[in-house]
Amino acid sequence: MKRRPSTERLAQSVVMHIPDGFIDGKTAIATAILSAAGVGLALRQVRRQLPPRRVPLLGLAAAFLFAAQMINFPVAGGTSGHLLGGVLAAALLGPSAAIVVLTTVLIVQCFLFADGGVLALGANIFNMAIVGGGGGYVIYHTVCRWLPGTRGQVAAVAFAGWCSTVLAAVSCAAELAWSGTVRWGAAFTAMTSVHMVIGVGEGVISALVLLAIQRVRPDLGSEAGEEVGRGGTRPYRGWGEVVGFGLLAALGLALFVAPVACPWPDGLESVAARLGFKHKAVAPAVAAPAADYRVPGVRGAAGATAVAGAAGTVVVFGLALLLARALVREGHVKRDA
Amino acid sequence: MIDDWVGHYHSRRESVVSRLPAGLKLGVALGMIVGTVLAPPGAIGWYVSMAVVLGLTVALSRVPVLFLLKRLAWLSPFVLGVALVNALQPAARGGWETVAVKSTICLLTVIVVSNTTPFSGVLHVLREARVPGLLITTIALMHRYLFVLVEEAERMRRARASRTFRRGRGARWQTLSTVVGQLFVRASERAERIYDAMCARGWK
Repeated sequence: MKRRPSTERLAQSVVMHIPDGFIDGKTAIATAILSAAGVGLALRQVRRQLPPRRVPLLGLAAAFLFAAQMINFPVAGGTSGHLLGGVLAAALLGPSAAIVVLTTVLIVQCFLFADGGVLALGANIFNMAIVGGGGGYVIYHTVCRWLPGTRGQVAAVAFAGWCSTVLAAVSCAAELAWSGTVRWGAAFTAMTSVHMVIGVGEGVISALVLLAIQRVRPDLGSEAGEEVGRGGTRPYRGWGEVVGFGLLAALGLALFVAPVACPWPDGLESVAARLGFKHKAVAPAVAAPAADYRVPGVRGAAGATAVAGAAGTVVVFGLALLLARALVREGHVKRDA
Repeated sequence: MIDDWVGHYHSRRESVVSRLPAGLKLGVALGMIVGTVLAPPGAIGWYVSMAVVLGLTVALSRVPVLFLLKRLAWLSPFVLGVALVNALQPAARGGWETVAVKSTICLLTVIVVSNTTPFSGVLHVLREARVPGLLITTIALMHRYLFVLVEEAERMRRARASRTFRRGRGARWQTLSTVVGQLFVRASERAERIYDAMCARGWK
């Protein structure tokens, strides 16, 4: 069997899994509380909604995500990327089940493969499961509402895949900065810019995989409560959980970003703005700092990154629409019930 | 072969350490990690004593040193990345050496414990710690089918590679995503079979 060069692992490790020692006590406790709340809510929802028949699917989906992360997609110049899968899992299983699945993946990676720290587990779960999965699902769900049909769904999963990657990176940078491991400006600029590139791959792969699954088993995605195909306009049963996870992700992001990014006392205002922003899931926390920041130096770089992020969000949304248009031809993917 | 493939999962050897109760090992490891993370930067004594404890445990547990070093190298990119970001800062904090030492100690602790403790022991500890049953079931099933699905993915990758010519990147992305999608379909079909098997054996 071919051994993977470590560079392929690099993208994933560098980016997301925070090891122990990078997060200090207060950040570990804060992220652990938020993650426990999110995972607790998700478990409760899953217990309430998921038929017993589907319980083994959670474990298998977690194993699937782990295996899928091993499949490398060639990018230019010998480098390769792979699926992270937060939004894809949320689109296929629904947000609560996705958070449980992603949490499981992170726990197993932490204990079995030492990928991500034990005390940093709360932070990693928050970044990748709550923000990446739950927050990503809020964006996916919102775009799906605006753009019906398969084409809308594909655009939504591509756009949400990009957003969730970038948001998780912002959250990770903020936690590192809050712990005093790195400066906010440098961490934010580095993490966000790298992930704005990685996120494009994530979005495209998520869209392609979702389409591939729908081609074979159109019924699989419908478990999430999304209307698949036309005619199925049954209302989504879990608006409450969508709002809940969105608020939780937004609260955490505001909590971590505000103290490192806003040295002055009226941070509450920007928290509120961010909450409003995130809730509508358009150009979230990335855009918020740009409004007030005209401080020179490092913060200038962070502000510039934020502006670039906001512009990038619009561009990526357009690209997601184009991708969906290219992948789903009119009348081509007509689905019989 | 699985051990070789995952590359960072070492086959267990019987030793004094692996016979200790799982709860004790996990508790001590957690204590060491918490202590290391919370230790102030100047606490050289703590770091040295942790290193000594780890060294003794490695010697007793007969985990190969080369394997440990490989695993460390595998996981070090994050440390390097943060060091790089800090180096690019004009006013470097200079604190990242401590961070590097701390994360190395914690990493080694987890690697040693995970390679001397059977996973069923970990699950048992989690159950004792009142982790919700649904989460434990999911973790147990993931651990059980992890290697099955990884091998299935590898079989599919090989089958795909033997059937398709390389027609450029776009087409390869299409075929690869079909492989990933197919993997999910197979995983969910397997989940249904597992549920039937679980019911047949009196689950619930």
